Amino acid sequence: MTEQMVNIEIDGKTVKARKGEMIMQAADREGVYIPRFCYHEKLSVAANCRMCLIEAEKAPKPLPACATPVMEGMKIFTRSKKAIAAQRATMEFLLINHPLDCPICDQGGECELQDLAMGYGRGIARFSERKRVIKDENIGPLISTFMTRCIYCTRCVRFGMEIAGIQELGDTGRGEHSRIGTYIGRSVDHELSGNVIDICPVGALNSRPFKMHGRGWEMTRHETVSPHDCVGSNLYGHVLRGKLMRTVPRPNEAVNETWIADRDRFSYAGIYSTDRLERPMLKQNSGWHEVDWETALAAAAKVLRSVNGDAGVLASPGSTTEELYLLQKLARGLGIHSIDTRPRQADFRDDEFEPLFPWLGHSIEDLERLDTAFIIGSNLRKEVPLLAHRIRKASLHGAAVMFLNPRRYEFLFPLTAYLSADAYTLPAELAAIVKAAAKAARKPLPAHLKDFVQAQAPQAEHEKIAAHLLQGKCAGILLGHLALSHPAYADLRMLAAALADVAGAKLGYISEGANSSGAWLAGAVPHRIAGGRKAALKGLDARAMFTEARKAYVLMGVEPELDCWDGTAALGALQKASVVAITPFVTDTMKRYAAVLLPACSFGETSGTHVNAEGRWQSFTGMAKPVGEARPGWKILRVLGNLCELEGFAFVSSEEVRAELKQALAEIAPDNQFKGTRNIYAEPPVKGFKRVAEVPLYSVDMLARRSAPLQATHDADAAWVRLSPVDARKLGITDNAQVAVQHAGARITLPVKLDDSVQSGNVFLPAGIAATAGFAPLYASVELERA
Amino acid sequence: MTETSSKISLLSKNARQVIDEAVKKYPEGRQRSAIFDALREVQHENKGYLTVELMDAVADYLKLEPIKVYEAATFYSMFETRPVGRHSISVCTNISCMLRGADDIVAYIEKKLGIKTGESTPDGRCYLKREEECLAACAGGPMMMVDHKYYENLTPEMLDRILEGLK
Repeated sequence: MTEQMVNIEIDGKTVKARKGEMIMQAADREGVYIPRFCYHEKLSVAANCRMCLIEAEKAPKPLPACATPVMEGMKIFTRSKKAIAAQRATMEFLLINHPLDCPICDQGGECELQDLAMGYGRGIARFSERKRVIKDENIGPLISTFMTRCIYCTRCVRFGMEIAGIQELGDTGRGEHSRIGTYIGRSVDHELSGNVIDICPVGALNSRPFKMHGRGWEMTRHETVSPHDCVGSNLYGHVLRGKLMRTVPRPNEAVNETWIADRDRFSYAGIYSTDRLERPMLKQNSGWHEVDWETALAAAAKVLRSVNGDAGVLASPGSTTEELYLLQKLARGLGIHSIDTRPRQADFRDDEFEPLFPWLGHSIEDLERLDTAFIIGSNLRKEVPLLAHRIRKASLHGAAVMFLNPRRYEFLFPLTAYLSADAYTLPAELAAIVKAAAKAARKPLPAHLKDFVQAQAPQAEHEKIAAHLLQGKCAGILLGHLALSHPAYADLRMLAAALADVAGAKLGYISEGANSSGAWLAGAVPHRIAGGRKAALKGLDARAMFTEARKAYVLMGVEPELDCWDGTAALGALQKASVVAITPFVTDTMKRYAAVLLPACSFGETSGTHVNAEGRWQSFTGMAKPVGEARPGWKILRVLGNLCELEGFAFVSSEEVRAELKQALAEIAPDNQFKGTRNIYAEPPVKGFKRVAEVPLYSVDMLARRSAPLQATHDADAAWVRLSPVDARKLGITDNAQVAVQHAGARITLPVKLDDSVQSGNVFLPAGIAATAGFAPLYASVELERA
Repeated sequence: MTETSSKISLLSKNARQVIDEAVKKYPEGRQRSAIFDALREVQHENKGYLTVELMDAVADYLKLEPIKVYEAATFYSMFETRPVGRHSISVCTNISCMLRGADDIVAYIEKKLGIKTGESTPDGRCYLKREEECLAACAGGPMMMVDHKYYENLTPEMLDRILEGLK
């Protein structure tokens, strides 16, 4: 360590502290607890609650430990008479206006104020005047407020300014009339906003869905991992009488720090959605009947064994690694090689060149140490909120953050460059950057790219991005979800790899779902078997398995009309085949195409492992009681394996499954080096308007789509057609007007949002929502008219 | 801060000029410091009070979150965030003025205008501020400020004249 150290004494103990750090930080490291409310290690120092007053030698008055830097020879007393007297006096003031309603307060039992009042409060209040009362505002479906309890620590305000990047809550008014809120009663919408519930030291900000549902001390706490994105945020699940009541962050600096996204926090509500499949069901005599597990499993096995391998298997990339390993083992054992976990991908041309798994290219922590980041095709904040948080930190430290996107998205940090282009020309835009970079670096272009790249004419913005990438000493290029679902994803990838080569940057993937990495390692892709080895017999990918119809399908945790790149093709193929669906939820659509419905455990009900984008294996146990007769996915697959008389399905725990896969994996070294050479194909011209599909934040998977609180947020209000004002004027369409969108005979009607960030010719029509279910591929030509 | 809700058009050309001048006084990126100048001008042009729309307009113009403007406007007593009379009357009630009879002055004004402190006359002519702290004119107490102008050594006769002069 090159930092200067000073010697100080805390409560008689001599300790070393870093010069310039606050007394609070030194004391925390030494395990000396100083009471605090406004201080939070991830936020700036406010020093407004005064609870951390301590005594220091030679200082005439008590000093706030959170805002007083250490000095050589400083003698600090945190428990002296003077210090305790100051802390008690502060507590007495804090309690003047705080209501005595702990018995009916949601924070009761897990309240910092309550805890500290036990230590420092007086038994009797000397304040007999009237307390001030504050009328509450509605700040949205996620956070409930009881502002009379607020002690004005301003942690929530600082969270907005410093972590979220947008201040939504503020402290308006003055003195006794001061209050925390939005002033105008609007909702708090940031995708990380739920964290203010945790950092609020009192019961002023609480979880609205959890309100009045349980007490901290009656619930059991279990470690788990979020099932929604490739960060794999660490969570605690709180379980009461077998039911998962809420999820809160489990601190892990390397993964999610102390934060989680609202999607990780509130999706649990979806587990108990009314469309849970509670018992196995079988379609008999054209009607649905509940049957016992034995009958249902036998029927499923019969379907699988009767098709001679002519089947497709599609699973959610949010399934556990164990489930996916068994699923591919079962499928391949039966001669079914068409197995995939990439429903939203369209372009599989360079499967063979893909890395071992779609690795982030960096550790999550290292993202914030990048000095240059170039992100291609990603609305990062809404795709993976906590990766956006890391990139934001990098940006605030001075990194050059640049984007190439089909339209402008709002990022709450400084951007060095932002290239917004017609979604269908992203490969050409990227090629222009490659050309500019190669020219600036005086490096030759790879032969296979020459024609396409040479044909581009780089503009100033392309050259700027190229120059920054070349300057960067620690540069990263990331491909986001919009790149992944792009019809020319393979081209984007090859160009990004070439750019990374030229610029000496690292290439990374922001994979979909919580367990894409695990899916690849477990062999739940058509071209790789478990352990990431090349499959001898390559099956059909997630798109081809529907365009080339199979006799039977196995679906695990997916709703193809919402999750597939081409939902129409998927539904068409499914309706003509025998379908076995392993699913926690059942829909009318599912009942139309399926033959057998097997109720699987949802999040929190099963044990397993997720491998996040940086390749971190995170195992968890089941914590909640499965709803109805639902069974863990791995158990269902194990029994199916036995019923199909396959070898090697004698597992008694998910840990055994994991151990077998680990054996197949041996040593893994993630490597995103792109070794392929392939010519770029010219995009066939698309007639009319070109659809581009974004997947809204809370529509990514079955569980999030069923969480009522998440669906009540502004982010979930996505059923709009986004159109450029220029095109709208030509068609005579006004803002908010109803417009009919047509594709291949299908027609849907939605309201229009005029958005000048949309390129002329593009139509943004979200996927994953009911309004567009089964309508057209994510990228397709569509016709528009006034409805 | 959303793409369609810009309210900048509510600001007059003059107000924008005043804000631009104010922004120049501070380093780049510190335009938050210009909130006071902006609000003072906008309030002045809007007959002495601010509306949420106007505060939003200032926030949009300064590229700040609206809450930052609300915070400043509600903290400082010279900004009014509800409709008030066009002439603002503040009587100092701090110690020097109080000893010289400020309470009687307040009572006289209340009686004359038929309103209590914190209220405006129904005709929208006068607004009597709830409370005013020391305005640094202790030598001339009791004193009051009417529309930024100081009146010292107040007597009922003076009050009659001043208040009747307000149109």
